Amino acid sequence: MSNSTESLTSSKSSLIVADDLAKFFDVSAPWLSRVIERKPRQILKAVDGVSFAIEKGTTLALVGESGCGKSTIARLLVGLYTPTRGKFSFDGQDAHTIFKSDNAKALRRRIQMIFQDPYASLNPRWTVESIVGEPLREHQLVTNVNELQSQVTTLLESVGLSSQDLSKYPHQFSGGQRQRISIARALATAPEFLVCDEPTSALDVSVQAQVLNIMKDLQRARGLTYLFISHNLAVVRHVSDKVGVMYLGQIVELADKHALFGNPQHPYTRMLLDAIPQLKKTGHSRTPVQGEVPNPLHPPSGCSFHPRCPLAWERCKTERPSLLNLKGIQIACHAVEEGRH
Amino acid sequence: MSLLEVKNLVVEFTGRRGTLRALDGVSFAIAPGEILGIVGESGAGKSLTGASIIGLLEPPGHIADGEVILNGQRIDNLTSDEMRSIRGRKIGAIFQDPLSSLNPLFSIGQQIIETIQAHIPMTHAQARQRAIGLLEDTGIPAAEERIDHYPHQFSGGMRQRVVIALALAAQPELIVADEPTTALDVSIQAQIIGLLKNICHEKGAAVMLITHDMGVIAETCDRVAVMYAGRIVEIGSVQQVINQPQHPYTTGLMASIPDMEIERDRLNQIDGAMPRLNAIPTGCAFNPRCSQVLKKCSQSKPELKAVQGFPQTQVACWLQDNHTGDA
Repeated sequence: MSNSTESLTSSKSSLIVADDLAKFFDVSAPWLSRVIERKPRQILKAVDGVSFAIEKGTTLALVGESGCGKSTIARLLVGLYTPTRGKFSFDGQDAHTIFKSDNAKALRRRIQMIFQDPYASLNPRWTVESIVGEPLREHQLVTNVNELQSQVTTLLESVGLSSQDLSKYPHQFSGGQRQRISIARALATAPEFLVCDEPTSALDVSVQAQVLNIMKDLQRARGLTYLFISHNLAVVRHVSDKVGVMYLGQIVELADKHALFGNPQHPYTRMLLDAIPQLKKTGHSRTPVQGEVPNPLHPPSGCSFHPRCPLAWERCKTERPSLLNLKGIQIACHAVEEGRH
Repeated sequence: MSLLEVKNLVVEFTGRRGTLRALDGVSFAIAPGEILGIVGESGAGKSLTGASIIGLLEPPGHIADGEVILNGQRIDNLTSDEMRSIRGRKIGAIFQDPLSSLNPLFSIGQQIIETIQAHIPMTHAQARQRAIGLLEDTGIPAAEERIDHYPHQFSGGMRQRVVIALALAAQPELIVADEPTTALDVSIQAQIIGLLKNICHEKGAAVMLITHDMGVIAETCDRVAVMYAGRIVEIGSVQQVINQPQHPYTTGLMASIPDMEIERDRLNQIDGAMPRLNAIPTGCAFNPRCSQVLKKCSQSKPELKAVQGFPQTQVACWLQDNHTGDA
């Protein structure tokens, strides 16, 4: 893994570099039950050694099924979790050291997050002006009320809302408008990096298109860098520059969007792509995928995908593949490494 | 002869501040063995249509007008006891969340056997055999052992298989499936859709599949009805609705879906949002968002009409009159 990260960190324009990032959760039974029933501690490895880099002004998308650790990575990057192992650097500095220091506020201003559910992420008792203005007040970016109002209005206009909405409450807006309010709030501190955790999965398709278009326009206008987390591959294909496919806490394939969708290498990536319903092929049955995602508390030995993999053999059951640079992409698969696919 | 016929169904919610009309004259039919998809955005009335058919409308919602006819028999005006003997026996139901459709305190075997015995006279041993057969049909490995397990011991995909077995327990002629795959991951979704399609085909059951996912509709259904603000705006064969949509809303909806094959810089968007029930525009409910709006559109409601050149299709749009006028 060290080889691959060295080649990544050497690239100067990377704003975000994650190096062997890991987060484990202790999900053991209470101490007394453990002693009485002689049970060992249980550790859930939500994210286990993930490395990637995001260049300034581009979008990295992470895809995977529920429980693969996508959202844990999002929370690690905004400092809501402290990593168990590894580090994450932002603009060349170790972010988690800064998050613990007195300079944390300055860094938080540069990293913001958009959450999945716009019904749960906006305070129902606050007006839109207080919601979008809170980061401005918190980071002392405005000095008086008039300035606050004019800045909030500018932010609302940038996401397609207007100054008439300032005194309204969240319940007066539809889902798509609420998600635009949370985008305006995230943009208030003029961040460089936005972590978007399933920003459109709670929205209907016609509204999803509105939000995705706004996100793309804002990226161009402000040079934003996105980490975009989604389970919807069609959406990922639309928004991303690079894509990382995750399975049980690890990245199994990381490649340029065109390479990943045009010529997927990892058996899991191929399986995910095959599983997408195709609009144009009516009546076409998908190749059903065998099996289900294993319990992350007891991940399979070796490559965690081997029980579902059509190419698995002895080595896959015993030895965990590491993320290697092969054919211009990064991939963790013995079969691809050995040319057996 | 249709298996199910819904005629001019109107569902209203009566409250202190007046009456809200959630379904406004919905009509369609399902033939035996057919899979009809109902698609639309949240709040379009898809699930209410399903709930009215299986007689599970929650008060204060009630059927204010129209008829639901199953096999020639009206079922919308039955008492709750009469409806209970039809539900399960003639109409099976599958809901979105498999965990909340199963009782956590009973083993899945107890639940399936109870359902079988409630509708078909059988001894417990016979019903158990039948339950094991159903679980095997839905692809649950080691069914004889798994039948005594409880819902929490199954994964999401396996639970949805159990719910399908439960819906099929008394061999219903119609299955109403309300977002059966929405709570599942994409790889599991493919398994469940394939299963639903095959098993209904084998057992000859018709399916009404309610979903917001056009991809699922495309690979599963024979015909599809598109709903907007409590009305059907377009109904026709899946190929036609997806490839040659006639209603401006369907056209916009299809264009806003990110495509896996064609790359576009921007997605087409329909500006605005679906109206709330207390503020449905007069005339065609889609007129404030429609790009081809006519004067007539804000004055009177268009009814579903046949479309020239597409024998199976019906569209509710005033533009159709113009097309025929030109021709």
